[in-house]
This record gives sequence, C-alpha cells and structure tokens, in this order.
Amino acid sequence: MMQFVADGIVSAALIALGAIGISMTYNILRFANFAQGEILTIGAYFALLLVGVMGAGIGTLGPVAFGWPLLLSILFAMVATSIVVLVVDWLLFRPLRNRNAVRITLIMAAFGLSLMGRNLVTLIAGGEPQYYAFFIPKAFELLPGIKVVPDDIAIIAIAVIAFVALFLFMTRTSMGRQMRAVSENPTLAQINGIDVRAVIRWTWIIGASLATVAGVLLAHNTQLRPEMGFDMLLPMFAALILGGASNLYGTILGALVIGLTEAIAVSLGLAGYRAAITFMVMLAVLLVRPQGLLGEKE
Amino acid sequence: MPDPMLAVHDVEAGYNPSLPILHGVSLEVFEGEIVTVLGPNGAGKSTLIKAIAGLLKISRGSVTISGRDITGLETHELIRERVAYVPQTENVFARLSVEENLALGALHNQDQFVEQRRRVLDLFPDLERLGHLAAGKLSGGQRQMVAVGRALMADPVLLMLDEPSAGLSPKLAQVVFSQLIRVKEVGVTILMVEQNARAALKISDRGYVLAEGLQKVHGDARSLLDNPEVGALYLGAKSRLARS
Repeated sequence: MMQFVADGIVSAALIALGAIGISMTYNILRFANFAQGEILTIGAYFALLLVGVMGAGIGTLGPVAFGWPLLLSILFAMVATSIVVLVVDWLLFRPLRNRNAVRITLIMAAFGLSLMGRNLVTLIAGGEPQYYAFFIPKAFELLPGIKVVPDDIAIIAIAVIAFVALFLFMTRTSMGRQMRAVSENPTLAQINGIDVRAVIRWTWIIGASLATVAGVLLAHNTQLRPEMGFDMLLPMFAALILGGASNLYGTILGALVIGLTEAIAVSLGLAGYRAAITFMVMLAVLLVRPQGLLGEKE
Repeated sequence: MPDPMLAVHDVEAGYNPSLPILHGVSLEVFEGEIVTVLGPNGAGKSTLIKAIAGLLKISRGSVTISGRDITGLETHELIRERVAYVPQTENVFARLSVEENLALGALHNQDQFVEQRRRVLDLFPDLERLGHLAAGKLSGGQRQMVAVGRALMADPVLLMLDEPSAGLSPKLAQVVFSQLIRVKEVGVTILMVEQNARAALKISDRGYVLAEGLQKVHGDARSLLDNPEVGALYLGAKSRLARS
C-alpha cells in the first residue's frame, strides 16, 4: 500500500528537477517558458549522443544500472543544452526583451520554440523510442511492502544533491543573491550595480542543466522520445503553481504533492485519470490557498 | 571655484521621448555638499534623479561626474562611477536579509567589504542587531536605514536619495535627516529630492526649486528658507512661483 510513496518520490524528483527551470524563468525573466519540456528532451538526446560516441554503454555503479559513462554524458549534455539555450535566448528572447515585448509575446514565442524543438528532435533523431541501454531492473524490499529499484534511489540521491547544491548556490554565493535580487526587484537590482544580463545567462544555464538531469534520468527510467519533455510540461507547471510560483522551494514541494498524487492514482488503478486527479488536487489546494503552498500573497 | 562633482547641464528627459517632463534642467553639486531639489508634485524632481541614475533616457543635455560624461550610462554601470541611488519606494530587497542587502551593496567593492561594512555599521549600529532579519519585516525607518546602508556599501562619492522621508512620521524623518548629516560628515556628497522642504533645507548646503520641469530658483539653503517665493510654495503660504 505504501508503495506509492516510493514511486511518487521518484516521480516528484524528476518533476522538480524540470520545474525549477520554469520557476526561475518565471521569476527572473518573467514569463512562463512552455519550451522547458523540449529543453529536457534535448538534454536527454545530447546524453544519448555521447553514450553512442563513447560506445561503452552506460556502465554500472554497484547495484545501480548506470555508472560513470552515463554520469559523464549528463555533464556533457548539461553543457551542450546550456549552449543551445543561451543561443536561443540570444537569437529570440533577448531581442524581444530589448523591444519590451509583452509577456504574452514571450509565452507565444516559447510555444513556437516548443513545437520547433520537438519537430527538430524528430527530424534528427527519429520518432521511434530509443534507449541508453537495455537492462532488467531488480527491485528489492526497502521496507515491508515497499519495493524499490536501486536506480530509483540513485535518482532521488542525484535530485537531492542537485537541490542542496541549488540551495547553497542561491543563498551562499554572490550570483545566487543577485538572482534572488533580480527576481524580487529588477530595477533596484540594476541600481545596485547588478548586471541583469549576467543573471539571465545564469538563469538559463541552471534551468537547462537541471532539466537535462531530469531528462536523462527520465529517459533512463523509461525511454527517449521526442515528446518525453512535452509530456512532463503539465506536471511541471502544476508543481510550480501548486508550490507557489514565486518560491523556488515551493516548486519542489509542489512537485512532491504532484508526484505522490499521481502515484496514488496509479496505485488505485486510475492510471488513465492521473492527470485529471492531479489537477483536481491542485485546484483544491489553490481554492484554499490561491498563492500556492509556499507562495506569497500579491 | 572648484569643479563640480556632479554637473547636470540642460537636461531634457521623461518617460516618453515625445513628452519630456524636464525641459532643460541644470544643476551642480560640489564635493562635501548636501543639495536638495524641491518642487511640487509633478515638478519633475524624481524624473531628474532617475534620469541621472540612467533609469530614464536623456534626450538632450549632459550629466558629468567629476568631469567624466556619464550621460546615457546604463543604470548598473553607475555604481562603478561611485554614484549610489536610493529610490523612494521599494528601496530594499524585502525577501533578503539585512546582511544580504548590505552584501549586495558591496558587489563592486568586494576588496573593501569588511572595512566598508564596519563603517556602515558605525553609522547605523542598529543594522548589526537586525542583520539576520528579512528587510521586508522591518519598520519604515529601519528600511530606510537598510536602503542607505546598502547604498553606502558601494563606498560612493555621491549618494542620491529620492524623498528619503516619504512615508515616515515627522519624528522618524528627523532621525533620517540627522543620519544624512552623519553620512555627509564621513565624506559622502548628497543630492536628494524632497517634499519635506523645511526639514530638508535645514540640513542642506544648497537647494534647487523645480516647477513644471524647469528650474525656477536656486541658492544656498538659508536663502531659500528665507525666500518668500519658496516659502510661499513649500513652507506654508500662497505662491506666485508656480504660475511664473
């Protein structure tokens, strides 16, 4: 019965890793990036590229069915995806910002990018599902009634390391403070000598890197498909809104609620309705607390 | 006569380039002075300070700091010229702690961080006690202290303030003005915009009066306090100045 907790936490970790980028672009660049799903997809495919080039499979790390080759591929994919995202910002979003484009224009540009990105991945990599490696997961009983695959524990550990690193970056480094400052008051940030353009670059890099981690781990757990990131878009936005759009840590909490709700729905045999159930829970929470779980009232 | 630290010459600026609010304003601020810009609502006081800070585009005229032309400089670059600006509202990062606010102020002064923090805490000892609190949780007077303290962390030669007493009780406003005298005493030149004319002029060396985007009167603070035109406008009685 408690199996859903383990499944939900794994799902939540992947949703949160992807949603943090949405939260950061929403708070710092001030638009909802509907192309975040494709960032996740592109990251996963970049990792596939390096796994293929290295030709050494994905390795193993004790009982975990992936090892240094895949971890190395994640690092490569983080860099490659960040470069792509920065180029896209330079070509598209920066000119729009410079022309004081309204928020809906930025959102529609992101929508267009999302479609283009998905089609481009299909064109280059093909529409068929692909895999980093074939393996048969061996579950073990973590606690009575809860079986987990070692890879799931590795995914949760990677996500926790990423969240702790993000927390330390945002609170202990100068750039982290600058990002929080721009998020709260861009004009005062500029008055203070903060180069908002540098902050925007870091926003894209962090968002794309975490989305890449999510994409690779999701693809490892399931498969690579051009739509894999797009399918994550709804739960990622639900996590953002549920947690409180203005609060980065709220996004992680929101992802946990969404992940657990989805897992409960599946455990009750309602897998086909999990999106609807998740949204019902989200709406119920928002009716009681419109600003989200950790959000602040406007 | 020494060269001015800040020289604003014939500046035309506004929120919309086709509808300027300032119509050729000039002023000078010399090292070690407190200079106050006065004027009724809509006179262009805040517009002037925002234009100097690079937040509004200057369509005509020039701004120089110690002889260097900074006209059109981007806002985030102004701090490198050692010019700090404290806006009227939303002048602290409310979600960040007082210490984090101070640290952000020293972004371009990292080498001197420890010494500068000590100097700021000497000026505003209460900030040490409040250091861990979110700036948004503080009272209006405490916030103003954080805002000025953060600006001073950059070790500016010129501090510009937009209505530092706005929203404060008369007693707290007096506290803020007396703090500004101490800021001046440590060698920081001050340009401020104020509605609270009498209190501001009492601590100022000189003042400028704006009306309808034009500079109407200027002079030393004492003469402005005694000037019947200024007195009529800002210190109680009726005025002809606004119509002139």
